[in-house]
Amino acid sequence: MSIGHTLLGLLESGPRHGYDLKRTFDEKFGQDRPLHYGQVYSTMSRLLKNGLVEVDGVESEGGPERKRYAITDAGITDVSHWLAQPEKPEPYLQSTLYTKVVLALLTGRSAADLLDTQRSAHLRMMRVLTDRKRQGDLADQLICDHALFHLEADLRWLELTSARLDQLAKVVAP
Amino acid sequence: MIPEGSLLAAHDLRKTYGSTPALDGASFSVHPGEVVAVMGPSGSGKSTLLHCLAGIITPDSGTITYAGRELSAMSDAERSALRRSDFGFVFQFGQLVPELTCVENVALPLRLNGVRRRAAERTALEWMERLEVDDLGTKRPGEVSGGQGQRVAVARALAGSPKVIFADEPTGALDSLNGERVMQLLTEAARSANVAVVLVTHEARVAAYSDRDVTVRDGRARDMEHAV
Repeated sequence: MSIGHTLLGLLESGPRHGYDLKRTFDEKFGQDRPLHYGQVYSTMSRLLKNGLVEVDGVESEGGPERKRYAITDAGITDVSHWLAQPEKPEPYLQSTLYTKVVLALLTGRSAADLLDTQRSAHLRMMRVLTDRKRQGDLADQLICDHALFHLEADLRWLELTSARLDQLAKVVAP
Repeated sequence: MIPEGSLLAAHDLRKTYGSTPALDGASFSVHPGEVVAVMGPSGSGKSTLLHCLAGIITPDSGTITYAGRELSAMSDAERSALRRSDFGFVFQFGQLVPELTCVENVALPLRLNGVRRRAAERTALEWMERLEVDDLGTKRPGEVSGGQGQRVAVARALAGSPKVIFADEPTGALDSLNGERVMQLLTEAARSANVAVVLVTHEARVAAYSDRDVTVRDGRARDMEHAV
């Protein structure tokens, strides 16, 4: 995920302090990987340098000085451009799983066991996500669904490969 | 041979149709309140395993123990009585009686066990409320959607206070949103009532509602809990 674009997008709804940006980011997008303060400040100084944000004011309120950032017109154009660009579909060719299956066949190990074990590991992760979905709000459900559909796609590949193991064995280890 | 604390356990089941082995030494167990997903490709023997566990078909050899009693030692009549009193069933579709209203369908297992109509329908409505279909009481199965019908079927499976529910592709005919809701309600209701669920499915998203999964391949069942 582009942290810079995400923070810019958050700023479009109104000026915010660095701390406020981090908190909003973590709440909405960073449940698994919250931002470090360092990441926020280094990103903001890059955006500042590139003219995508500006300092809207400085407050101290008895504590250390805090800059409030606002998005510039160039920043808004940048966010629009980023949102309009589709993400590159990742084809995952030659995945680690495929390599493991081939190596198992080449070395006379059970590729079927390997696939079953992998399926179970995937299912275990799907259980964790399903549980989180069950307890979460709509945002949680959508985030988990995205991950669940990806895991499900892997599982479909595992099934198909499992059904084609004999055929694959003839090709890779004749 | 029987895992400690298990409610239903099968050991070394074999079943052959003609010359085709459907089960070839399959073992299985489920504890009270546990949801176990039985997965595997088409023709792997998972439905045969479910039917053997439920006492619907008899394996050629092997043992099935339910609450300390061996199923093979029971007469057909005893097995039928056990299915009525202790087991609940949810299938992919076509399980509701079309002539009866939804509440009458849900009350059916209780009526068959001798509960009076009013009391049976009161219990039925409680389960329908739990499954969020209590407003469909007077409708017939033909007048409700697939997702609603399946929730009615789940309510019926639970209404007779079973100890085990056998669910064979319970969401197979539903879209993913309805399927997930059915699974959520089924597993929540079963867990809170300490009912064991044997869930046959080929859908990983459905299996993800289970506590544990068993893979059936070539008639053998592999418990995946300790596979990693």
